Order: sequence, then structure tokens, then C-alpha cells
Amino acid sequence: MAVHDYIRQRFFPHLWCPGCGHGIVLNNLLHAVDDLQLGKNDIVITSGIGCSARISGYVDFHTLHTLHGRALAFATGVKLSRPELTLIVPMGDGDALAIGGNHFIHAARRNIDLTAIVMNNKIYGMTGGQFSPLSGTDVLATTAPYRTIDNSFDVVELARAAGATFVARSTAYHAVETIEILKKAITHKGFSVVEILSQCPTYYGRKNKEGEAAEMIGHYDTMTAKIGSKALEENPSLIARGIFVDIERPEYCEAYDTIISQAMRRTQ
Amino acid sequence: MAHRIRFVQGNEACVEGALYAGLSFFAGYPITPSTEIAELLAERLPARGGKFIQMEDEIASMCAIIGASLTGRKVMTATSGPGFSLKQEAIGYACMAEIPCVIVNVQRGGPSTGNPTHVGQGDVNQARWGTHGDHNIIALTASNHQDVFAVTVDAFNLAETYRTPVILLFDEIVGHMRERLIVPEPGELDLVQRLHTSVPKDVDYYPYLPREDGRLPMSDFGGEHRYNVTGLYHDMWGFPSSNPKIVSGLLRHLIDKIDNRVHAITRHKEHYLDGAEYVLVSYGASARSAIHLAKERRSKGEKIGVVELQTLWPFPSGLIREKCQDAKAVLVVEMNMGQVLAQVRAAVADPERVFLANRVDGQLIAPADIKQILRVIQGRGI
Repeated sequence: MAVHDYIRQRFFPHLWCPGCGHGIVLNNLLHAVDDLQLGKNDIVITSGIGCSARISGYVDFHTLHTLHGRALAFATGVKLSRPELTLIVPMGDGDALAIGGNHFIHAARRNIDLTAIVMNNKIYGMTGGQFSPLSGTDVLATTAPYRTIDNSFDVVELARAAGATFVARSTAYHAVETIEILKKAITHKGFSVVEILSQCPTYYGRKNKEGEAAEMIGHYDTMTAKIGSKALEENPSLIARGIFVDIERPEYCEAYDTIISQAMRRTQ
Repeated sequence: MAHRIRFVQGNEACVEGALYAGLSFFAGYPITPSTEIAELLAERLPARGGKFIQMEDEIASMCAIIGASLTGRKVMTATSGPGFSLKQEAIGYACMAEIPCVIVNVQRGGPSTGNPTHVGQGDVNQARWGTHGDHNIIALTASNHQDVFAVTVDAFNLAETYRTPVILLFDEIVGHMRERLIVPEPGELDLVQRLHTSVPKDVDYYPYLPREDGRLPMSDFGGEHRYNVTGLYHDMWGFPSSNPKIVSGLLRHLIDKIDNRVHAITRHKEHYLDGAEYVLVSYGASARSAIHLAKERRSKGEKIGVVELQTLWPFPSGLIREKCQDAKAVLVVEMNMGQVLAQVRAAVADPERVFLANRVDGQLIAPADIKQILRVIQGRGI
């Protein structure tokens, strides 16, 4: 199928600003779904609140646009109820890791088979440019007029420590890599986290003088390097891209099935 | 028949009622005095192929049951006091997105952490108005275990019929007390199953377009109709909209679907009401004392009766007006500072005849407590 076959064209135009990276992530996600030849009825997209969360409305799957930070909790209910469905959870940085931080680490700890996509633009875009737990220090935001003093989470390290069994990072610039990573994340049995750096020229870029959208997305090429690359070895201050964790551990819904058989045997 | 007679806690009667109604998914978080419900379901649900999950917090539990309900299951969560506060945001979501679910609140003393293992009935108004914005809700209660079972079944039926969250507002005494429960035979109580759409595959299904009778047939997530669910105001496709007509139309629908059916939703019981000069209005554990007192005074020739409420929301104002119109005085018996009292006063023609008998110290209001206030009202001193 063509990518537009997965889109609810009735609901366009989308609400993202010109130059936003989120449209690229949506495009990459649909390419991944298409490459995997997943049926539209088998996919549930669960999202929270924020610019990123609006992805759910635009795609022709079962879509659940929920509460700020709670997408993973809703998704856990859907998945445990119907484990045969493929659950994809696109979230923003504030959505996933500030208000939703607790749900994030616990979904990882359970290793429930969901694919969490953290679209990291380092800012709260929908509310107009406040700093997020991924903004890092020394950044300007509407709630940090004197620059941020809050440290940033490292999504990869956080997800790994919490128990995610697939953890990767890509950027809006590296579309082909993103598609391949998303395919692996969706097929992976267990909790998958994919952080995708995605530019917000409207708020983050303008406030921090990072240039126009094209310039911002170009930075992703120069400020990142693939895991194991010479560039990364020579310059460890670059942000690493690629797959950091890809391991097997018992998946939550499968483990619960063994509980069911055990409980049924006992009551027979 | 004998094996259907059980000696159980109220929380267990609620579990039995929920399973009888077809509960197959529960998400919860430990909190006193509702924890037994989660503990029992952790054992019982998988034994019948259902699912139980202990979530990371109260918020997540509420969200998880909404997700599971969308896949076609009958779902429930249970909590108390602070946990009920935490669930409010997602309860509002279920109201807005019209997702059937049942929330049990075994009330303890509040506010805040309050009086965890002691009784209270202070969450009546929170059940109605705990989540932000105009909305509507159904809340049921019961004073004994047979009724706990019955209203729990009813809660699932109402949730499916009206596509709404239904709150079961029990209290610590009813939850923890042990008494007899006769579990009805299968088929003895009516069960409402989810209304599914008859729209065939590949034909447009409008998830939020009501039928002529106002009901909205559902389609399970994972099924053949793909649609959007959101907590934003939405059109018939479930897609966000701020169109003034759509916004006001949806809000009015959410209010009217319950307000227009107060009569059908209302459950209550009458005790010794025949010719009663003094009417006690009560519910939950408080009603046990009110009924005890009425019985005792009747035996002494005093005309005292009880209206026991089982539906707290929508508040049955018409019923209260009718039952209290001939009374010399009305005494609302509850364990809070007068939450149902305010509703009764608003319902009757002369609110100055309505008085409060309450206790808010974590102890059950006793028949003697009610009698003392009644004597003052009757002009018989203290």
C-alpha cells in the first residue's frame, strides 16, 4: 500500500507547524507499518496529550487519544486485554517523561509488548514553549527566562535501567534509519523504546536561536553519530544513534497466560 | 442451593456481584479499605480466563480499565479515599469518551489520608463532581451484602446501557463487615450485554452517532471498524472538534442521557414508611442504624419510617419530594457534614423541616445517636 492509504485524509490538514519534525516521524512510522505488512485492524495507536499525541487522529488504525502522560497506562489495558494486537504509543518528551514518567518506567519494568516512541523536541510545544525534562540545562524557554537549571533525563539510559528490552535512538534527519529501527521495535516482543529527536523550530528553535527548520534538522546530522562509528569514538560528546538494547526477557502478557493456565488448573 | 449461601465481607459480595455480571478485567492499586476486592480478583479472574493487573498507581488503574473496556470487556477498578481523588481525571475521560466502566469506592474518613480503616461517607459529592467540567454520572450504594451484590450487578448493567462510568459508593463498615450472602443462580438477575454495532465491515461506522433511542452501539478495538476515541470534544467520527454546535450538542447529550432517565436508574428501598410522621433518609451503613431505630420505635407505636437510597446520583429528587411530603420532619442520616442533606433540602417543598443526624468521628452512627436528635426535633428534650 502507499503511505497515504494509512492516513485519514478527511482529518487533514494536520495541526503541526511548518518545519515541525513530527510529520517526518509519522511518515517513517507508516513506512515501517507498510514494510511489515501489518493489517490496519491489528494496530492500536494510543497517545497522550501534546503535539506528538495528535498522530493518533491522522492514522487509519484503532486510535485512542487519551490523557496527558497516561498513554502507556491506557495501552497496557488494551494490550493485556487483547495481546494479539500491535500497540504503538507515540509520545512527546513532557508527555512521556514528566507527567508520564511513572507509567514509562513501570511499562518498561513489566516488559509488556508495547512500542513507545518518544518524539523529543525538548520543549512543550502545544502550550507554547515551556522547558521539559529533556530540555537540559542552559536552555531558554517561556518558563525559563533566565535559562534552565534542570538536568535532563537520558531516555536511553532511563529505559535500559527500568527494564526495556529494546531501546534505540534516531532523529528526524535520519529517516531511513528510523524506519528500520521502528520495524525492529514493533516486531520486538517486549517493551520497546525509540527516542526520535524531532525539531521544534517554532518554540525551541526560535527561543534558542537554532535557526530555521532546515538548519535545525541539519544539526541532527552533525550532532549525532552511529553507535560504534569512528566519529563517535573520536568525539564522545556527540549523541549516539542506533540500537542500544535488544534482548529477550519474558513478556508480560505471555507470562500472564501462564498464570491463567495455573489458576485454571487449580480450580478444576 | 446450600453452597450458594456464603458468609462474606461486603467487599467479597461486591466481587461476587461483579463476576456474576461478567467482569473480565480488573486493574487496581492497594488501598484500605478496598484492598480485599483486588486481592480476591487477583485469584478469581485468571481462574476463569479473565485478567487482573496491579498497576503502578490509581491513575494508571483507571486508565487501564478504560483501555480494556474498549476491547469489549466488562471492567472494574476499586479504591478508597485518596485513590478516588487520583482517579478523577480518567473518570472524566470515560464520561467524555462514553466508555462503560465500574469504579468501586469503599469510603473511609477524609479529607486527605484521613481515617483509613474507619468509616466515612464523605465522598458523595466527589462522586458527582470529582472530575472537572460539566458532566453526568451514576453512583449507587447499598447497606447490606445482598444489596451490595445486586447493585454491583446493576452498576455493570447501567454502565453498558448508558455508556458511562458507574460509581459504587460503599463504605468501610459495609466493606469489612461479614454477613450472609445468597449468590443468585445464573439467569436469576438480568444482565445487560454490550450493544454492538450492526454496521457491516467496510461500511462507514460512526462511533458517536446516537441511534434513534439515544444509544450508541460500540465496536471493539481490534475489530473491523477503526475509529478515534478522545477526551476532547468530538464529532460523530470521534475526531476532535471545537465547532460550537458540536461542543454544546455533545455536552447536552452527556447530561441528558442520564438526567432524562432518572426514574429508570433510581433504586431505593422503603422501610416502615406507611403513614410515617417522621421520615429518615439514609444509605449505606448509616441506613442500618436508621432501619433499626424505625423498627424499634414502630414497635412502641411511633410512626417512623426510612427511605433508603441506593441510587445517589442522579439524585432522585422526585422520589424524595413524594416520600417526604406528609412528614412532620425529615431526618437525613449520614456520616458526613450533610452532603445528601443538601440534596434533600433542595428536593422538598419546605427545607426547614429537614434535619441532619450525622457522625463524623470514624464510628458508625448508632440508633441511639439518631434517636437523640429525633427527640429534639419532636420537642421531647434530650
